[in-house]
Amino acid sequence: MLNINQLNKEFESRVRLGIMSVLMVNDWVDFTEMKNLLNATDGNLASHSTALEKAEYIEVKKEFVGKKPKTSYRVTQKGRDAFTEHINNLEKLLGR
Amino acid sequence: MESKNYQEELAHIRQMMERSSRFISLSGLSGVIAGIVALIGSVYVYFIFQREGINYFDGERNIYTPALAQELFFVALVILVLAIFSGYIFTARKSKKKNLKIWDSITKKLLFNFVIPLVAGGFFCIALWYHHYFPLIAPSMLIFYGLALINAERYTLSDVKYLGICEVILGIIALFWLGWGLIFWAVGFGFLHIFYGILMYRKYD
Repeated sequence: MLNINQLNKEFESRVRLGIMSVLMVNDWVDFTEMKNLLNATDGNLASHSTALEKAEYIEVKKEFVGKKPKTSYRVTQKGRDAFTEHINNLEKLLGR
Repeated sequence: MESKNYQEELAHIRQMMERSSRFISLSGLSGVIAGIVALIGSVYVYFIFQREGINYFDGERNIYTPALAQELFFVALVILVLAIFSGYIFTARKSKKKNLKIWDSITKKLLFNFVIPLVAGGFFCIALWYHHYFPLIAPSMLIFYGLALINAERYTLSDVKYLGICEVILGIIALFWLGWGLIFWAVGFGFLHIFYGILMYRKYD
């Protein structure tokens, strides 16, 4: 029997769930676009994306477009596996 | 209580996936209005034929003078611009209501995938027009438009592909019934759009 403690703690916040969901179905997504999609603040998105990067679930690319810095995110294979498992666990907990 | 949370979490995931990968603000009303514009255009073209002494429903092969061909080309262009413009208005309105940006990377992908078959088809039809293969133009427009819809389906409401398939089938039938292009055109761009638009409006708007 599955219990709640087996759910991945990395995905506990709504913003993290959002980041992972968006990246599962897209290739590189930049900071501004992610922010608009999630309705998150700069600081909020920055801290949660850093946490996901530390867990090696997403990779971060920083580059300059003209003079503006641009940060983009992409999911790693490890992140993809972990998130898929998380969704499966959620569904199991709901008895589907 | 907890199971409700998980349900919400899954719903949130699904919603974020959809919102970030598909342009969902496409309004059903855009389809309806584009269809009405197309129908008005078809009726207008019918009256042009009558004015030129061509009785369309006689089913006889008609000879198009260069002046008439040019006028029809112009009318088609006006219909296209009006349909796109009025369609855009309703979609922009829906976008605003849902608090979604209309111009982002998804819209770009959507337009890119939609426009490629459409531009190819556009040039194909202009070439047909140029070489005076007039009866083939309406069926070709239907087929290329249908293919464009099917190609764009991945980035918007997936129901769009059914409209695309219908347009392609109609275009193929029209290819074997040359001379009835105006009727097929009115059905494909007029009635199908209105029908599809109403369905979508009831389903999503």
